Amino acid sequence: MSVRRLAKDQPATFDFSKDTLKKAQWWIAKYPSHRKQSAVIPILWLIQKQEGWVSEPAIRAVAAMLEMPVIRVLEVATFYTMFQLEPVGAVAHVQLCGTTPCMLRGANDLKAVLKDKIGPVMHRSADGRFSWEEVECLGACCNAPMAAINDYYYEDLTPETLGQILDDFAAGKKPKPGSYAGRKASEPAGKIQTLTDPALYDGSLAKPVKLPNQPAKEPA
Amino acid sequence: MVGILEDKDRIFLNLYGLHDWGLEGAKQRGCWNGVKDMLDLGPAWLIDQMKASGLRGRGGAGFGTGLKWSFMPKEVKEGRPHYLVVNADESEPGTCKDREIMRHDPHLLIEGCLIASYAMQAHACYIYIRGEYVREREILEDAIAQAYKAKLIGKNNVHGWDFDLYVHHGGGAYICGEETALLESLEGKKGQPRLKPPFPAGAGLYGCPTTVNNVESIAVVGTILRRGADWFSSFGRPNNTGTKLFCVSGHVNLPCNVEEAMSIPFRQLIEDHCGGIRGGWGNLKAVIPGGSSVAMIPAEQCENLPMDFDALRDLKSGLGTAAVIVMDKDTDLVRAIARLAYFYKHESCGQCTPCREGTGWMWRVMERMVTGEADMKEIDTLLDVASQVEGHTICALGDAAAWPIQGLFRHFRHEVEERIASYRTGRPHVQGATLQAAE
Repeated sequence: MSVRRLAKDQPATFDFSKDTLKKAQWWIAKYPSHRKQSAVIPILWLIQKQEGWVSEPAIRAVAAMLEMPVIRVLEVATFYTMFQLEPVGAVAHVQLCGTTPCMLRGANDLKAVLKDKIGPVMHRSADGRFSWEEVECLGACCNAPMAAINDYYYEDLTPETLGQILDDFAAGKKPKPGSYAGRKASEPAGKIQTLTDPALYDGSLAKPVKLPNQPAKEPA
Repeated sequence: MVGILEDKDRIFLNLYGLHDWGLEGAKQRGCWNGVKDMLDLGPAWLIDQMKASGLRGRGGAGFGTGLKWSFMPKEVKEGRPHYLVVNADESEPGTCKDREIMRHDPHLLIEGCLIASYAMQAHACYIYIRGEYVREREILEDAIAQAYKAKLIGKNNVHGWDFDLYVHHGGGAYICGEETALLESLEGKKGQPRLKPPFPAGAGLYGCPTTVNNVESIAVVGTILRRGADWFSSFGRPNNTGTKLFCVSGHVNLPCNVEEAMSIPFRQLIEDHCGGIRGGWGNLKAVIPGGSSVAMIPAEQCENLPMDFDALRDLKSGLGTAAVIVMDKDTDLVRAIARLAYFYKHESCGQCTPCREGTGWMWRVMERMVTGEADMKEIDTLLDVASQVEGHTICALGDAAAWPIQGLFRHFRHEVEERIASYRTGRPHVQGATLQAAE
């Protein structure tokens, strides 16, 4: 298991922004009224969106909001690896997938780029704008190697394209997520041989159908 | 024609996202067609049809979907509502099929949720999507909003069954793909699996009867009922029927997701759809056929191998999620499996001792096998430990951590042995001794 601890330097207080509060209420409404605790992961995630990471005062605030013991929220925040317990790069936090399918297609070469451009793993760059970590399978294996930068997936990367993406972030641009090998999604690159029959898309499938295998009507 | 399955028999018509994922586009492709008629035929008919289709759960275990539904109590008791929970926590290394369903064909999933919920008399359904799938979650939320607006779901909808559908997301824990860990997580706790029994059909989410199904299992339901159970069961070998999304990654020329008939021969799958093995068929070394948790298969067993549950089980591997990870002759297999061992060490929830301690131990030994500095007799110790982790934990993560290692040594033990032997070659065997240049 992964052992995770809270950061040494913690802010004194935490305040929900208006937007976060509104979204938190929207999440809580999804669950039965006496099961507010269910919203803990989405709300911690909202806090991470607001602050960039999850601090100890924020954990206390969530506990108060959901009427949970603080330790239960602390457990959740430390158990789930998506919660950043220390501040990460303000401009971009790169989560590079390093699990076997990505490794087979060159994730280790990408690690060298990140080390070179940002620095050691899980340390913010000197200006505090960038950080990176290696994460476990992100579930985009047909587009390996890939990385999640901030929230979105950048796929089919090479050391050159990853370097370019980082340079673009540094220059204040917003590089487009998705494949960097010109693919739309996870189709075979440049050679789609399936789903080409026009009859699938001309609306003929939307015509009323009679369901097969209906039970025989009982004689009146 | 490429492959076995024809275009007219495919279920996921927008797999590659080339068409509109929204409600209008989905309806054009036949989604939501005839759903009212299906519900009018009643829950018993729905469950019977699913059983007749032979659909086996697409999340890895391959348990019959219709049978699973039939375990739910027939009557809804006061204060104990039924729930359907859809497992969209796709995090098995190699697997990326549910992601395509959620971002390109979300209405197939929503339609399936309604039908399945009605079959099990559930008025509420939660889709538990993994936290990293942010874009996919946004699309799914939008698609659900469209369905509510069109009164396809929600209170007083056109189908006559009050039904609420909610999206919940996780926090990046592989273990939450295990159904009871998923329920714990959905209740706002650490994702640590529960002891079974009680099974979720008896006491699941909030202690109420619950069924947990994979995204793909639910998304195919509507089309199976529209086309007929016999249509679905006409593909594949007996007991392994239907169509299946295969995710092919690793050393193939064109890695991709593709929907194919079950039991398609491995070589045909790779050559027809994925542009063949990098460097030609002869360059194939080994395949992990069903996501990281199953044992690898060496190239010589792959030629005519039907890709289905039973054929792969007979080879002591498994179809799992049909995530095919291909490795060519340049691959350092020991390194590849050591990386998986690290994955399981990282993802163990820490509840059961054999898994919590065993996964870390196995990873550390595997790392030494990679360099060759391990001792020859440690191979047997490692296999002994692996067999003691396997089957001695609450959930299957312990098994999943042991199987890839066992698979490596079953077929490629000689590689590790050669590495250990050559590591010692030319080195002094006495600890602390250094060779001096003789002058």
